[in-house]
Amino acid sequence: MVITLRELWTVIHGMGLGSLFFLAFSGILVTLWSLHPERVAAAEQRIRQLGFAIWTTALILWATVITGTYTVYIWYRAKPPAGADLTEFPRSYLLASPDRAGWHTFGMEWKEHVAWLAPILVTAVAYIIVRYGTKLVEEDKIRKAVVVLFSIAFFAAAVAVIFGAFINKMAPIR
Amino acid sequence: MQQQKNLTNGPAAAAILSAGIGSMVLGLFTTLAEAIDSVKKALVFYNPVGPLSGKTTLAVVAWLVAWIILGSLWKNKQVGFTGVFAASLILIVLGLIGTFPPFFEMFSK
Repeated sequence: MVITLRELWTVIHGMGLGSLFFLAFSGILVTLWSLHPERVAAAEQRIRQLGFAIWTTALILWATVITGTYTVYIWYRAKPPAGADLTEFPRSYLLASPDRAGWHTFGMEWKEHVAWLAPILVTAVAYIIVRYGTKLVEEDKIRKAVVVLFSIAFFAAAVAVIFGAFINKMAPIR
Repeated sequence: MQQQKNLTNGPAAAAILSAGIGSMVLGLFTTLAEAIDSVKKALVFYNPVGPLSGKTTLAVVAWLVAWIILGSLWKNKQVGFTGVFAASLILIVLGLIGTFPPFFEMFSK
């Protein structure tokens, strides 16, 4: 049972950090929806927990895109020397066959860009939740805007995680 | 707590609009890099990562600069939140479109 350093980083980036975001998302969204003006007292404790959860999520997302872009992606796009075994070079391996090329030209190209929207949006959400605290319960428009932003961030992260998993299945980083 | 009670909607509007600006800038540079070769080359801030390093760095810088400026302008202001949110959503959608391969590949040479 052996795992290379690159495989370990890929696991940390995708299965570790990416899955943590998915786990946190539903809890945060349910808590945001459950904030009602008639339950301000109960909201105080919930907002404090929400603030901690959302900042943790934002940090996880930043860690995910930074490790993805500055470690895993470098190995993914490395150019093979002449005569090299292409299975060691995921991008070139995918592009070498028309049947597999779409995983790069569509999947990876989408994932590598759209993923960066998630931490930007979630950081804005985290700031608003902590800054406004229980006032968020009364601020209906702001609360709904936060839910929309967080849902878009989820979509962006989901695209990245799902394509990441498929691409790593088609052309694993070793 | 008292501070939160007196809080205007300006800081929230600034955070949301600046996130929209950051998203739009990412989409813009992703499309520009595909359309103009010299832009693509100029966006290589870190060679092993290629132009993605420049696109994402500039998007993050644009987001933070916009947030600092809007945050200080709207610190204690009550703004038209619905309009600001609608503008932010348009910018985010532009960011999503600009980073969608079938769109930006239309400009590929």
